[in-house]
Amino acid sequence: MTNVRTDARKRDSLAIGAVRRDFAPWLDPAAKPLIRYEAVTKQYSDFVAVNNLTLNIYEREFFCLLGPSGCGKTTLMRMLAGFEEPTAGRILLGDQVVSGIPPYRRPVNMMFQSYALFPHMNVEKNIAFGLVQDGVPKNEIADRVAETLRLVQLTPFARRKPDQLSGGQRQRVALARALIKRPKVLLLDEPLGALDKKLRSETQFELMDLQVNLGMTFLVVTHDQEEAMVMADRVAVMDKGTIKQIAPPGQVYEQPASRYVAEFIGDVNIIEGKIAEVGEHQVRVTRSDGAGTLLIDLQNEPVSVGQEVAVALRPEKLVLHRDLPTDTPNVLSGDIWDIGYLGDWTIYLVQLASGQIVRVSRANSRRFVEQPLTWDDKVHITFASEAGVLLTH
Amino acid sequence: MSHIPASDSPPDSPSTQIVASAKAGPGTRLVRALVPALPFIWLLIFFLTPFIIVFKMSLSEPATAQPPYVPVIDWSEGLNGLLDALSQFNFENFTLLTDDWLYAASALSSLRIAAISTILLLLVGFPMAYAMAKAPEKHKPLLLMMVILPFWTSFLIRVYAWIGILKPEGLLNMVLQGIGVIDQPLQILNTDTAIFIGVVYSYLPFMVLPLYATLDKLDWTLLEAAQDLGCPPWRAFWQVTVPLALPGIAAGALLCFIPIVGEYVIPELLGGPDSLMIGKTLSDEFFRNRDWPLASAVAVVLLIIVIGPVMIFRELETRRLEKSR
Ligand SMILES: Nc1ncnc2c1ncn2[C@@H]1O[C@H](COP(=O)(O)OP(=O)(O)OP(=O)(O)O)[C@@H](O)[C@H]1O
Ligand SMILES: [Mg+2]
Repeated sequence: MTNVRTDARKRDSLAIGAVRRDFAPWLDPAAKPLIRYEAVTKQYSDFVAVNNLTLNIYEREFFCLLGPSGCGKTTLMRMLAGFEEPTAGRILLGDQVVSGIPPYRRPVNMMFQSYALFPHMNVEKNIAFGLVQDGVPKNEIADRVAETLRLVQLTPFARRKPDQLSGGQRQRVALARALIKRPKVLLLDEPLGALDKKLRSETQFELMDLQVNLGMTFLVVTHDQEEAMVMADRVAVMDKGTIKQIAPPGQVYEQPASRYVAEFIGDVNIIEGKIAEVGEHQVRVTRSDGAGTLLIDLQNEPVSVGQEVAVALRPEKLVLHRDLPTDTPNVLSGDIWDIGYLGDWTIYLVQLASGQIVRVSRANSRRFVEQPLTWDDKVHITFASEAGVLLTH
Repeated sequence: MSHIPASDSPPDSPSTQIVASAKAGPGTRLVRALVPALPFIWLLIFFLTPFIIVFKMSLSEPATAQPPYVPVIDWSEGLNGLLDALSQFNFENFTLLTDDWLYAASALSSLRIAAISTILLLLVGFPMAYAMAKAPEKHKPLLLMMVILPFWTSFLIRVYAWIGILKPEGLLNMVLQGIGVIDQPLQILNTDTAIFIGVVYSYLPFMVLPLYATLDKLDWTLLEAAQDLGCPPWRAFWQVTVPLALPGIAAGALLCFIPIVGEYVIPELLGGPDSLMIGKTLSDEFFRNRDWPLASAVAVVLLIIVIGPVMIFRELETRRLEKSR
C-alpha cells in the first residue's frame, strides 16, 4: 500500500475523547463492582423488557443509561430498587443478592420518572419523608431539608403543595427527596428532563459535584445524550432490553461499537462499502456507490478483504473545500443541498452524486467570510483516515 | 372619569361588556341566571317548604281535631288570622322533649348506633373498596356491578330476609348448630347486634362506592415512592393511602351516618323492644300517640343533630383547602 501513512502508532498513545476525572475501575480486573446485573431477564406476560443483560457498576461511578423509549431503562432500575423481581438471572449489591429484600430495606433511593410526589404534603414534608422514616432527630431533619432545598433552589417554595409547582420545580422536589438520604446508590430516572437549558446545565454540575463529594454511586437514565456525555463516567447504550455498548462517553462517541450506537449517539454519516485491501494499520474500502475508495485506519476488530463494512464519519471531522484537494486519499464530492446556521456552528448538508446526504459541521470561528458557501455550490469533503470508524455490524 | 372620551375606553371596559351582554337578549340572560338558581329552587320546594310546615307544627298544640293540632292559620281572616295563630305558637313541645328522658335517650342511642355502625362500615368497606381498586382493570365493572346489585331488590324484602336468617330457628343458628359451634340457638334477632348487622349490610354500598371512587384514582407509584424512602407498607398505608383517601372516607361516613341516625325500618324489624332509636320514637309519636306537634318537634331536633356532622365536615374541608393555599 503506497498511500498508507503510519500515524496509527501515534494514535495509540493518545486518549480518546475528553476525560473528566481520573477514574476507571472497570479497567482494573481486581476492582469489585458495587452493582452486578448477572444475566438478568425481565419478562412481562408476553413481552421481554430486559433480555439476558449483564452489567457491572462500580462504587462512586456515575453511570448513564441511554436508549430509545421502551428499551427497558426504567425496568432495569425498578429491579434494583426492588419493585420488580427478575424473571431470570440475579442482581447483586455489594456481595448481597438483592432479590427478596423489600424496597424499604434496600440502600437505594430512586427518583421516579413520574416524580411520585406526595400530593398531601408540602415540598418540605416531601423532602423530609425519607429522613422521618429513619427516625432522624427533628433538628437534623430541618437542617438537611433546608440545605437540600438550597441545593435545588426551592427554598421559597418550601410550604407549597406539589400541585402548586411548575413541572421543573416538581422535578427538583423529586430529585431533592431522593438525594436527601444520601444512599449508597441513587437511581435517577430522567432527573433533568423538565428543566430549562440553563438550570439543567447548572443542576448537571451540581449533581456531579454531589456525587463526587458524597461518594455516591449514580445510575441515571437520560434521553439527552449531551447530558450523558457531560455527566457520566460510563454510558450504556441500550436497545430492546439489551446493552449495545458500555464505555466512557468519549469512546462511545469516537469509537462506537456498532452502527446502532454510532447512529444513536450524535450525528453521523454512514458510507457503505467493501474492504478492498487490508494493510498493517489501514484498510482501503471500495464505496458501494461506485465513487472511488476510502482509506480508513484499522480498528481493533480484524477485517478481511471482501467484507461488507460501514464507515461512520462525524460531521465535525469533515472539511469542506471549493477546489479538489490533491494531497488526501479521502474525498466525497457533491453539491450543497441545505445550510443550517446555528450561531456557533453551521451545518452543511451536501448531496453526493449517489443522492446520499452528508452532514458537515463547521465552527463559525470568524464573523465575516469573504466568499461564503451557498446553495448548489460544488464542494469537496475531505477527512483524515483516522476520522472514519470502521463498523462491521 | 368624565375627561376620558368614551371612544378611548379599552375593549374590555365595563361599558362594552354591558353592550355585549345586552346583545344576548333578555331570554338568554334569564336562562343564564336560572341555571345556577335551579338547585336553590329545588331545595326551596322540596326541603325548605316541608321543613317550615313541620317547624310550624312543632310550635302548635295537639288537639282532637282534623288536623290533630291547633292553632290552624285561618286565612279567611286575612292578616289577623295569621297574627292570631302566631300569638298562640309556643316552644312547649321542645321543653317537653327535655323533660322526658326518653327523647334524649333515643337521640343519644341513635347517635351511638350510627357511630358504631359507621365504624363497622368503614372496617368492612375499606378493604372491599381497596381490593376493588387494586383488581385488574377488566374485572372492575363486574365488581362494581356486584356492589350495586342488591339495590335491584326491595330494601324491605332484604331486611325481612335477615329476620329469616337471624331468628332463633333461622338459617344462621341452624348452620352454627349443625357444625356444632353452639348447643342453644343464639338470640340475635331483636337485639342491637341485629340492628348492626342489618345496618352494615344495607349501607355497605354507600360506604364502598365513595371509597372506591377515591382509591381508584390513587397513584400507586406513591406507595412505591414511600417504600423506596424506607417506609414499610403498613406505615405507608397510614401515611399515604389513608390521608389521600380521606375525602372518600368522609363522604362515605357522612353518607352512612346521617341516614342511620334517622333509620326507622331496620330497628323496627330487627331491633328489640329496648332498642331505642329516634326514628322509631318519632313514628310512635306520630301514629300511636297522634301527637303531631311533638313528633314535629322530634323531627326538628333530629334534623339539627344530623346537620351537626355535616357542618363539621364542611368546616374541616374548607380548613384543609385553605391550608394547602
Ligand atoms: N408492568 C408492565 N407490564 C407489561 N409491560 C411492561 C410493564 N412495564 C413496562 N413494560 C414494557 O417494558 C418495556 C420497557 O419499559 P421501560 O419502562 O423500562 O422503558 P424505558 O426504557 O424506561 O422507556 P422510557 O424512556 O419511555 O421511559 C416497554 O415496552 C413497556 O411497554
Ligand atoms: Mg422510563
